[in-house]
Amino acid sequence: MTVASRGGVYRPFHHDSATKHVSGRAIYIDDMPNLPGTLHAAFAISTRAHARIVAIDTGRAAALPGVVAVVTAADVPGVNDIAPIFAGEPALAEGEVQYVGHPLAAVAADSMDIARAAAALIEIAYEDLPAVLDIETALVNQDFVCPPQIMRRGDVQAALASAPRRLTGEVRCGGQDHFYLEGQIALALPQEDRDMLVYSSTQHPTEVQHGVAYVLGIPSNAVTVEVRRLGGAFGGKESQATIVAAVAALLADRTRRPVKLRLTRDDDMTITGKRHDFLIRYDVGFEEDGRLLGLDMTLAARAGNVADLSAPVVSRALCHADNAYFIPACELRGYPCRTNTVSNTAFRGFGGPQGMLAIETVMDHIARELHIAPELVRRRNYYGIGERNITPYGAVVEDNIIVEIVDRLEREVDLPAWRERVADFNRQSPILKKGLALMPVKFGISFNLTSLNQAGALVHVYTDGSVHLNHGGTEMGQGLFVKVAQVVSQVFAIDLDRVKISATTTDKVPNTSATAASSGSDLNGMAALEAAGTIKTRMTEVAAGHFDVSPADIRFADNRVYAGNESLSFAELAHKCWAQRVSLSATGFYKTPKIHWDGQTMTGRPFFYYSYGACVAEVVIDTLTGENRLLRADILQDCGASLNPAVDLGQIEGAFVQGMGWLTMEELWWDAEGRLRTHGPSTYKIPGSRDVPPVFNVHILADAPNREPTIFRSKAIGEPPLMLAISVWLALRDAISSLANHRLVPKLDAPATPEKVLAAVDDIRKRGRDAALKLVDIGR
Amino acid sequence: MPPSDPAIRFLLNGERHAVSGISPTTTLLDWLRDHAGLKGTKEGCAEGDCGACTIALGTPAENGKGLCWQAANSCLLMLPQVHGRALLTVEALAGADGSLAPVQQALVDTDASQCGFCTPGFAMAMFAFQQGGEEAEDATIHEALAGNLCRCTGYRPIVEAMRRIAGTADAAFALRSQGWRQELADLPEPADYVVGTQQFLSPLHLDDLIALRVANPEARLLAGGTDLGLLVGKERRPLGTVIWLSQVAELNELELTERYLKIGAAVTYSRALPLIDEAFPGLGALVRRIGSRQIRNLGTLGGNCANASPIGDTLPCLIALEATMIVAGPNGRREIPADAFFVDYRKTALTPDEVLVAVCLPLLRDDQAFHCHKVAKRHDQDISAVIGAYRLTFEGTKVGDARIVYGGMAATPKRARGAEAALRGRPWTEDSIAAAIGMLSADFQPIGDFRASAGYRLTVAGNLIRRLFLEITAPQTPLEVMEL
Repeated sequence: MTVASRGGVYRPFHHDSATKHVSGRAIYIDDMPNLPGTLHAAFAISTRAHARIVAIDTGRAAALPGVVAVVTAADVPGVNDIAPIFAGEPALAEGEVQYVGHPLAAVAADSMDIARAAAALIEIAYEDLPAVLDIETALVNQDFVCPPQIMRRGDVQAALASAPRRLTGEVRCGGQDHFYLEGQIALALPQEDRDMLVYSSTQHPTEVQHGVAYVLGIPSNAVTVEVRRLGGAFGGKESQATIVAAVAALLADRTRRPVKLRLTRDDDMTITGKRHDFLIRYDVGFEEDGRLLGLDMTLAARAGNVADLSAPVVSRALCHADNAYFIPACELRGYPCRTNTVSNTAFRGFGGPQGMLAIETVMDHIARELHIAPELVRRRNYYGIGERNITPYGAVVEDNIIVEIVDRLEREVDLPAWRERVADFNRQSPILKKGLALMPVKFGISFNLTSLNQAGALVHVYTDGSVHLNHGGTEMGQGLFVKVAQVVSQVFAIDLDRVKISATTTDKVPNTSATAASSGSDLNGMAALEAAGTIKTRMTEVAAGHFDVSPADIRFADNRVYAGNESLSFAELAHKCWAQRVSLSATGFYKTPKIHWDGQTMTGRPFFYYSYGACVAEVVIDTLTGENRLLRADILQDCGASLNPAVDLGQIEGAFVQGMGWLTMEELWWDAEGRLRTHGPSTYKIPGSRDVPPVFNVHILADAPNREPTIFRSKAIGEPPLMLAISVWLALRDAISSLANHRLVPKLDAPATPEKVLAAVDDIRKRGRDAALKLVDIGR
Repeated sequence: MPPSDPAIRFLLNGERHAVSGISPTTTLLDWLRDHAGLKGTKEGCAEGDCGACTIALGTPAENGKGLCWQAANSCLLMLPQVHGRALLTVEALAGADGSLAPVQQALVDTDASQCGFCTPGFAMAMFAFQQGGEEAEDATIHEALAGNLCRCTGYRPIVEAMRRIAGTADAAFALRSQGWRQELADLPEPADYVVGTQQFLSPLHLDDLIALRVANPEARLLAGGTDLGLLVGKERRPLGTVIWLSQVAELNELELTERYLKIGAAVTYSRALPLIDEAFPGLGALVRRIGSRQIRNLGTLGGNCANASPIGDTLPCLIALEATMIVAGPNGRREIPADAFFVDYRKTALTPDEVLVAVCLPLLRDDQAFHCHKVAKRHDQDISAVIGAYRLTFEGTKVGDARIVYGGMAATPKRARGAEAALRGRPWTEDSIAAAIGMLSADFQPIGDFRASAGYRLTVAGNLIRRLFLEITAPQTPLEVMEL
C-alpha cells in the first residue's frame, strides 16, 4: 500500500516553524543560552548631526564596575570600514560624526544595564560642523553620496515642447522604519586562533562575514556567520546588521569572551537606516486623451550620511518610474543626496515604491487635469503587447499580463458601480468623504546588478532516508525555508517532514547574495533543485542497477522508488547507495539566465521577468480632522504558479499593510537639530489590526505560470504587493479631489497623516473657491 | 512596619515561586527571560507598545470560581507587582505533552505567524480574550489585539484566528489550572520588599500609605506602572523607594450612585470601564483608546491624573465633567476640583505629603450633554495630538453653561474660557459655534512637535467644536471614519 507523500510544491503548507512560533520554542539569537562569561555590549552614539570629534574620554566608562572593555575606532585591528559597495563607512566613527546616532564607541560589560550605563559615561568633545538635514539643500549643493544616475530614452525636450498638454508638479514621500519586531542583534564567540563565530540576525551572512573579517583583520575563512531565523528584516538587516556584528566581534576579539550586542528599540531606530524619503519633480507632456508623450523627472533620495545601498536603490527607483506604462521619451534623473541623517538603506521594494509613487502621481495629475477617470488614463498608457513595450532602460516587456489582471479585477469588483456608490456617499455626507483608486504594479525581478543573481545550496541524504537541506537564503518570516524544502521534497517525492531545514551559515554555502530583492526562492530554490537533482540522478542509477532496469524506468513517488510494480522505500535506496559507496551529498548552484545591465548607460535587461498585480482601494477621510481610514481593498496578484499559496497570501497581505503604513501613518520626524523624534512604537505608529480594511479581498491570479523557466514556474512575491498600497494613497487623493469635483489635483505628500490630509483638504477647498470666483469674474 | 516576609510570591505556570534578593525594579520580562529561563516572552520595545512581552495575569475571579485572566505587558511590570498573582507565559499554554492550546492551534491553522517574534505575545493576548468569553465581533477583536503589533502578516489571519477561538473554552487548561485559585489564596499578603537601598513598600490601608508618604517624601508612588515602568524597563533607572498603591483598600473602591461615579485611585481602567460605560458612554469609548488592553489592565485613572501630563486622555474629560479629586494627607482629606488640580506641566495641586485617593465624577443632568474627541495618527494605542472634552448645559435652545477643555493645546489640560464664554447664554447655532471657535486662538498657543504642528492643533480644536455641533444637531450623520 502506498501513502501519498505529504510534500511537494504548489501546496499550502504552514510555515515550517509555525508550531514553534506559537509555543515560544522558536529560538532567536537573544534566546540562545548564554555561555559562561558572556558579556553584553552597548553603543555610545553621537548627539550631534555633524561634528568633528575633538576627543573621546572613555575613562569614566572604563572605571565603572562590571565594565570589561571600551572600544573606539582606534581599537580596530583591521580596517575600520564595513561599506557594502563604496568604501568609507566605518564601523565606529573616525574623525567626525555625521548624524545623530552615529556610533563612535562601544562598551562590553557583565550586563546590558552596566554596558548602557557605561556608554552614557563616555565623554565626547565635539566641534560642530555645518549640517545638511534636508534633500533640497543637498540637491542645491549638488552633494551626493555616489554619482547621480540618468536614464534617457528619446528626445524628451522635443517631446515636451510639441506635446498638446503639459504639466509640472512636485511630490514627496517619506521614509519608513522597518520596525522588525526583533531588533538588531549579534552574538560573537571567539574561537581558537583568532577565528570568530558570529550569530547574527542578518539577511546577508556573507556581508557580515566580510565586515567582521575586515574589522578584525583576519581572512574570511576565519569567520563563520550563522543565522537560523530572523524576527523580521524587510531590508533593514541587509547591510545594517553588519555594524552590530562587527562591533560585537571586535569586543569579543579583544576580551576573548562571548559578546552579545542587542540594540534597544530606541537605539535601533536611531542608529540604523530606513527607507529613503524622496523629493520628486516632474514635467510631463501628453495627448488630449491622456497618453504620455514625454516625461522629465527628478527623483532625489535622502541617502543620509554615506552611500550604503543608495546607488542600487536609486537605480531601482528609476527602473520603476515607468511602473506599467509606456513612456515614449523620457529623462529620469536620480540623485542620492547626502544629508547628516542616518544612512538610508534597503527596504522592501528598494526604491521601486518611490519610483512608482512618482509615476502614479503623474497619472493622477493628468487625470484631474483632463477630467478623465484615472483608471482610464492608466489604461491608455499600459505597455502594449508586441508594440509600445520598450522600457526607459531599453528592456522589452515580454511577459505583459497587466491588462488581463486589471480587466479581471475591474470585472470582479464592478468598478463603475463601486465608483457610483462612492459618489453617492459623497453627495450625502457633509463631513466624511470617500475616495477610490485602482492601480497596477509591474515589478522587475532580479537584482539590478547582474552578478548578485547567483545562489548555492547543499543537500545531504542520510542512510535512513532523511534529508538535510542548506542554502544561502535566510528565513526572516517570509516562508523561504518551507518553500525550498517543498522543492527538495518534490524532487525526491518524499514527505516534507523528511527534509530538515537548517540554519544558514557561511561555512556550508559560501559567497552568497543577500536574501533580498524578492529573489530568495527563485535563486535558492533553483540551487536546491540542482543539488537534489544531482543526488536523485545518482540514486536513480543505483535503483536501476538494483531492479535491473534502465534509469529511465525508475520513478520516485510517495516516499518510494519504483520500477514497474517493484519498489524500495526511499530510505532503503539511500542505504543501498551508501553500501555501494555512492555519494549522497551534493551542492547546487544557480545563476539567473538572460540578464545583463550596464550601469553607465542605465540600459540592459536587468530583470529576468516581471511580477504583476493590481489593487482597488476605497478610503474615507474626515474633512474636519484629516483622520482617514482604508475601508476596502481588492487585490489580484500574480505569483506565477505559486510554490505555496498560503505563504504567498501572507506575503501579499503583509506587504500591502506595510505599504499602507508607509503611505499613511508612519512618520519619521526629525527636529531642527537632526534628531529623530519618532524612535519607538509610542511615537512611530505602524498599522495595528484595526487599520486593516474591514473588507480585504486578496486573490492570487490563477493559471498563470511564469513564462520564464523559474523554479516550478513560480514568481517572486516578497516585494511587489507592497506597491499595491500606493492605491490607498491615491484613493486618499481621490477623496480630497472630490471636494473640487475631481477637477483639481490635491497637494498631498506621503505619509498622508491626518495633518497632511487636512492641509490638503483646506488647500483644495480654497483653490476650488478661487477657481469658482474666477469663473464668475469671467461671466461678468 | 509589618513583619517582613522578604519574598515575592506568585504562581508561575502553576508552580509556586518565592523570589528574593533581586532588585525590586527588575522587570517581570527580564526576570522571566534571565532568571526563570523562559525565553518565549520577547522584548520588542520595552515601552509597552508592541505587545511581544505579553503574558497573562490571573487573579481570583469575582464570581468565586477559578481565575480571571488579563493580558499585561511584562516589560512594564516590576516584579513585586505580581505578588499574589498567577502568571501564565507562552511556554505553559500547551499541555505537558506538547499538545497545542486552542489559541495556538488557531494561529497555526490560519497561517498567522511569519517571523514569529510577535507570536507569543499575540497568543497570550488571545488566551486572555478567550478566557474572557467575549464574542467574535470585529470591534471587540481589534480592541483585544490593539496592544500587539505584527509587522509581517497584515493581521488578517490573526483576526481570523481570534474569530475561531472566540466564545470557545480551553478544557485542557481549565483542568490543569483547577487548583490555582486555592494556591493563590494560600499566599500571604505582600510585604515590604527591600534589597540594598531599594525598598518596595506595599501598604494595605490609607493610613499606612500616608504614614509612608510622610516618611518617604522622595519615594515614587506606583499604581499600574504603565508610565513609571518606562523609567525602569526602558530607561533602566534605578529607583530608590517605591510605594505601591495597588494593595491599598481605600484606593480600590469603585462606586456608581445616582449622583456620582467614584473611582479609587488604584482602580484599573479595565475594572472601571463597565461603570464608566454606564455613566458616561462617550468617556468609555475614549478610555478604550487609552493604550491597549494590556495597558488598561494595569493602568489607572488615578495614575493618569497624578502624572498630570498635558496629553493625558482623561484629564480634559474630568475637568469638563467638573470632577472632584479626593486627596488625603496627614491632616485629613480634602477635595480639589479637577479644574484646579493640574497646576503646571506635570504638576498637580497635591502637597508632598498628600496622595490621591479617588476621583469623583458627578453624573450628567438631563439638560446636560457630554462629548469628547481624540485625534491621533492611529486610532488605537496612540497618544493624542489633540483631545477635546465638552459638557454643555442647555436651557431650551440656548446654551446655559459650556465647559470646553482641551488636552495637547497647552502645558496642562486647559479650559477654553473664551470659547466657553462665547457660547454661554447663546443659541445653539452655527453662528454661536463660529464665534466660539474664533476665540480659540486667544485661548491657546499650542506647541508643534512630532505629533502635530501648532497650526494643526489649533485648526483641529476648532473643527472639533464643529463636529460637536453636528453630533448634537445631526446625530444620525456619520462623523468619524471609524463609524463606517
